[in-house]
Amino acid sequence: MPLVLLVRIATARSGDKGAGSNVGVIARSDAAFAFLKEHLDAGRVRSHMAGINSGGVKRYEADNLRLLNFVLEDSLGGGGSASLRTDAQGKTHGLAVLRMEIDVPQSVIDRTPAP
Amino acid sequence: MPRRDKVLVGNGQGFWGDSILGPVRLVREGPLDYLTLDYLAEVTMSILQKLRSRNPEAGYATDFVEMIDRVLPDLVKRDIKVVANAGGVNPRACMQSVMKVIRKHGFQGIGVGIVEGDDILPRLDELIAEGEEFCNMDTGEPLARVRDRVTSANVYLSAFPIAEALDRGAQIVITGRSTDPGLVLGPLIHEFGWQRGDHDLLAAGTVAGHIVECGAQCTGGNLTDWRRVPDMARIGYPIVEARADGSFAITKHEGTGGIVDENAVAHQLAYEMGDPRAYLGPDVSADFTSFRMEADGRDRVRILGVRGRPPTDTYKVSISHEDGWKATGQLTISGPDALEKARLCADIVWKRLAMDGCEYAPEEKLVEFLGANVCHAGIVVREAGAPSEVVLRMGVKGSDREKVDRFGMELVPLVTSGPPGVTGFAGGRPKATEIIGFWPALVRKEKISTRVEVVRS
Repeated sequence: MPLVLLVRIATARSGDKGAGSNVGVIARSDAAFAFLKEHLDAGRVRSHMAGINSGGVKRYEADNLRLLNFVLEDSLGGGGSASLRTDAQGKTHGLAVLRMEIDVPQSVIDRTPAP
Repeated sequence: MPRRDKVLVGNGQGFWGDSILGPVRLVREGPLDYLTLDYLAEVTMSILQKLRSRNPEAGYATDFVEMIDRVLPDLVKRDIKVVANAGGVNPRACMQSVMKVIRKHGFQGIGVGIVEGDDILPRLDELIAEGEEFCNMDTGEPLARVRDRVTSANVYLSAFPIAEALDRGAQIVITGRSTDPGLVLGPLIHEFGWQRGDHDLLAAGTVAGHIVECGAQCTGGNLTDWRRVPDMARIGYPIVEARADGSFAITKHEGTGGIVDENAVAHQLAYEMGDPRAYLGPDVSADFTSFRMEADGRDRVRILGVRGRPPTDTYKVSISHEDGWKATGQLTISGPDALEKARLCADIVWKRLAMDGCEYAPEEKLVEFLGANVCHAGIVVREAGAPSEVVLRMGVKGSDREKVDRFGMELVPLVTSGPPGVTGFAGGRPKATEIIGFWPALVRKEKISTRVEVVRS
């Protein structure tokens, strides 16, 4: 199974949500969505984002949008305007998730248009 | 009965600070029935409340008045209506300023409407006495913990008062803390005669409003595949083409830059999302998993089949409170050995402060080496080589203002008393600024009454 960056099969958008942020991961194809639904769970995102998020991660699904929504509970270094971080709004968290390395079956890659 | 079968609503402002070219171009570069503008973030309400406490004529988005001054002749000529939450904590003063602009231009009979009733700061103790607890929705704590430090309290109002102002002939509607999607939903309620029980239709208007509420963030702005976005400098702001049956399309004016396709719209649908099955608003709970989204020609995406459920019997309240002080500052450190020297600089600052009796707890301080993997800390994909320069960014926070200010005095001295190659200290000493804490809460709907007023020039 080829090891690829998540961005090969998905795109993402993120932003602040209280003391945390949300990352919506949008699959580039139906095949990619089916694969991600099974393999990109909350625990995997949580360990990937451990340098940024110190809270839990919840996952929600929206099949109609080929979307997995991850809510990171403590990822801004303080809620409101209390954060000292440069990215106090979690604007870059989507790209951070897309830099995850992930083993993807060749058949899924073949059915997913490259960016 | 619908007033017309199709309505075009464009959002020209995603936040206070968005480009003025958004609204200016929307009213000039193609057909439009409504222009909506979003100015309010949680932190904005607190700042506006402070401005108003110093000057009873202040407390609204002054940018809005300048924008109206610039586009008013186009609005009148083309009969475009405007809905904006520019009123902040003082919609009445905002209306008066807009009236002045209208009179200056010499237009007669133009209706300006305001929606009031969202600002419950003066009523807070009365409401608490009546049994409203305003417990923090995230932590469950009672408001009593921060009551003496509260700086603003605003209810996210329904879109129906916006529709009422339009029903009564307003061409410009100014609200305080209405919801962002409500700025779009209000005109659709007015145009199509949607009722409070039409949950699917209200949900459709809410989804449409959510997609466009951040302006160009659904037309190719902030898109993962940014290389495929044409002419980003002239990016088109989004337009909802809505129909009375609740179906709608997202598009933009022909000839503008940017891109509207399923991926760009899905990006924005995901923005600020929690549970997609229950997007809660004052008028409806919208189900973001319920609808179908399909490409409908170039730069056009259709959405149909949105479902909604009845709203709750409470409104969300956005409360802000003073929450201590913070200061941040930065210096640029050139190579060679940029990162190593930046680490030394940070170490020097903390040591010098400690020598003067000023120490900060780990959660009260931060060091970032911008250029050396700050945004994506801990995510090592391909390590870059040594950066040829880094920006050292440091900050502290806490309840003691003097201690926060003391930090700011030890950053700039590094230029002459640290390693070589330290520069970029323009802007001087970092100063303590107030931290504004947010306190999301609920209030029973029956405790809140809204007022709509329409005046004519």
